[in-house]
Order: sequence, then C-alpha cells, then structure tokens
Amino acid sequence: MSRVTLVDYGLGNIRAFVHIYERLNLPATVATTPEQLKEAERIILPGVGAFDWAMTRLNGSGLRDALDEVVQRRLVPVLGVCVGMQMMAHRSEEGKLPGLGWIDADVMRLNPGQTGHAPLPHMGWNDVQPAAFDSLFRGIEAPRYYFLHSYCVAPRQRGDVLATARYGADFSDFTAAVRSGHVFGTQFHPEKSHQWGIDLLRNFAEF
Amino acid sequence: MLRPRIIPCLLIHNGGLVKTVQFEAPKYVGDPLNAVRIFNEKEVDELMVVDIDASRSGRPPNETLIAQLAAECRMPLCYGGGVNTVEQFERLIALGVEKVAVSSAAVDEPELITRAALRVGSQSVVVVIDVKATGMLHRAEVVTLNATRGSGLEPVAFARKMQDLGAGEIVLNSVDRDGQMQGYDLELVGRVRQAVSVPLTVLGGAGSLDDIRGLVQRYPVIGAAAGSLFVFKGKYRAVLINYPGRAERDALARPSAAQAASS
Repeated sequence: MSRVTLVDYGLGNIRAFVHIYERLNLPATVATTPEQLKEAERIILPGVGAFDWAMTRLNGSGLRDALDEVVQRRLVPVLGVCVGMQMMAHRSEEGKLPGLGWIDADVMRLNPGQTGHAPLPHMGWNDVQPAAFDSLFRGIEAPRYYFLHSYCVAPRQRGDVLATARYGADFSDFTAAVRSGHVFGTQFHPEKSHQWGIDLLRNFAEF
Repeated sequence: MLRPRIIPCLLIHNGGLVKTVQFEAPKYVGDPLNAVRIFNEKEVDELMVVDIDASRSGRPPNETLIAQLAAECRMPLCYGGGVNTVEQFERLIALGVEKVAVSSAAVDEPELITRAALRVGSQSVVVVIDVKATGMLHRAEVVTLNATRGSGLEPVAFARKMQDLGAGEIVLNSVDRDGQMQGYDLELVGRVRQAVSVPLTVLGGAGSLDDIRGLVQRYPVIGAAAGSLFVFKGKYRAVLINYPGRAERDALARPSAAQAASS
C-alpha cells in the first residue's frame, strides 16, 4: 500500500477523501506546499467548479511545477477527480486556459440529445461500465457512481478510456474514467459514492 | 442508466435538526452530524441541508458546521441558507459542499446566479423555489424568507429564468404541502419540467414511498426530496431516521412495463 497525497489548492472535498482513508486505515496526507508533494507515492487531484477557475486556482497555488515534476518526470500515479480529471487534458470547451496536458484528451460539453429526457448538468447516480479489467475497479460489482458535471473528457486514444457511462435519449456513452499509464481520472466523485467509491479509492492506494 | 435521486432534506434551526409543517411549528428531530452518520450507513443518494434561520435573520452560513457536515457526508451535499454573495458560493464549495442553494437571493438579485455559475460552474448552483398558493384565486406564487414574503412572481416563468441565468438545478418546494405527507404537487411539477432542461428536484408533500414512486415513474430523471418521510415513522410521527434500502430503490427506479413500451 502507498501513502496517498491529496493536492489542496483550495478546491474539492479534501476532507472527505481523508476521512475515507482514515476509516480504511490507509495513510493519507494533504499537500499545500511543493515540499509536501516531493515524497508523494500516490496523488489525488480533486476539483469542482468551472474549468478556468480551477486552473487559475491551481496555477496560483504554487503547486503546479512540483506537480508536473512528480507526475511527468517521476511518474507517480495520479488520480484526477471530476474537474481534477478534466484539468489533466489539453483544453476544455468550458474555458480558455490550457490544461495540464497529462492525458491526450480534450474536454467537451456533454451532448445528451433531446432535453427533457436528459437534463444537463448530468447529476446523480449512474451505472458505470469498466471498459476492461483494471486494478481501479477490481472487485467492484455493479459499479455506480455520483456524477455532477456538464462537460466530459474525450480521450484521443481509445485505449485511454477506462470506463464509460450511458446518458441521454440516444443512449450515447461518455468517458467516465480514463487511464493513460500512471495517470488515472474519474469524472464521477468516488469520495461521494458510498462503498463503490470507497473500494475504488482503496484500489488506487493499493494497486 | 441515470437513476432518480431520492434526497432527504434536513432543516437546521437553532443548531438542531427540525421538521416543519407548512414552514411553521418546527419540531426538534435530532443532531445534524448524527443524522448524517445514519444517512451514510443507509447509503442515501444525496443530502440537502437548509439552515432556515440564516436568511431570515440576515446571518451568513455557519461555515464551521457546514465544513463538519461536508467532511462527514459520504454522499453529495447541497447546502442552502443565508447565501447571497459569489464569495460565499466559492467558500462553501471550497469547504467541500457539492452544491449551494439560494432562494431569496435569487429573487432579490437574479444576476447573482450568473456570476456564481461563472465561478463555481452551473452544476453547483441550485435555486430553491418556494411556492405557495396565494390571493383569492390561490395562484401559485414564489415566496421567500420562510414564506413570510411574497414576490409576485409566477413559479414556472421564474424557474425558466433561473435556468437561463445559469442555475444548474431547480428545487421546487411546495409550502402548502410541507409536512402534510399527502403527496407531491404533480401538476406544478409537470409544468416546470416542461419549461426547463436542467435537473429538477421536487420537495414538499411526500408521505410514502408510493408518492416517490409516482413521481419517478412519471419523470424518470428527477430528484425526489422529502423531509418528514425520512425522519418520522408511523402515524404518531415518532422520530426515526429511515430510508429505502438498495433493492427497494432499484425497484423504484425501474420503469413500469407500460412506460418501457412507450419510450
């Protein structure tokens, strides 16, 4: 098992992640300075809010360079959550600022077809289909997670799609989770998804 | 498949949890953090917490309590009460709340919705519309400050306006049905559902799981919120936190045969 480090740049529910790891008796720490990131073994990058606002907060946090260093040079496994995952892409239709570029993907507005049948934002518990056997979803039966978003990550490489979810009148799939090597992301909120989320967070710490 | 959201709505008054009837006669039902822990165990879909003193007394949100609630919640949390600035939206989101609800502030200063959405994203901006039948014709009117003040606004048009300004969710709350446990106002729900394309949550009147079933069978993608139903048990309204189990919820969400054939 590895120590999980939560990136605290003022956004996202850091305490909820820490609570879950405390209950699991797994070590978790919160990083607010670059020094605290240096020894990280696993990193979680949470996020909520509009894309540009989240990028602005991260860029202004003083953590950006250290994060790039540990993720892109030291290849420390990282899990981006919700907007935290979206920030790992190149860019977003929601904003103008460039993303982190850790995954070869763009962020697009969800297009669930007919309104009324499929309101936006996509809000609530949705079934998730893991695309392949993966350590992140190991042992999780009938996975379902809480989503709260209007934008989704569209990987340019099909192989980076780790899980999909289905939403909308035409039952179109969108990317619910990505994996590109050591870089993971979930569009849903594992920290707010009861046992399904707790199991996923344990898997991330233990794989 | 996206499931309907079944949402306990908890009211905070004088630091404790209460349940009202038609927005009056608050009855103490317990401690907020303790209630959250029980709802965690019951794996509730989502939780809504409203401080019913804050706006009324012109007081800002109690951030200490909200931070504790947000950290304790293993499900998404929507907080409402006393919010009237963009900075408060930001701070509450930073404290770990997923969604922030406004009611009177949306009536008094509609542009707040747009500014908040640009900052924290539409998905986290919720407008609660308290509706009460008023006047000689008992027309539905948007009311604020715990239904002590009228607005002259018609709820369907107001819901549409809030969506257009950037709200990501509308919570339609019936004052007249609050605590009555006699069922939702499905007629008004239908008109609002037609008018908006953002998620809609209905509050006020649910008295049984049949009421919830009736709502979600008709509108498969909807939030079904309730206060009394999830904190009282039996006809003497004994305080007992309850919530349908996983299998029961799955059954509620399953479309009926007639609906499956028509969709």
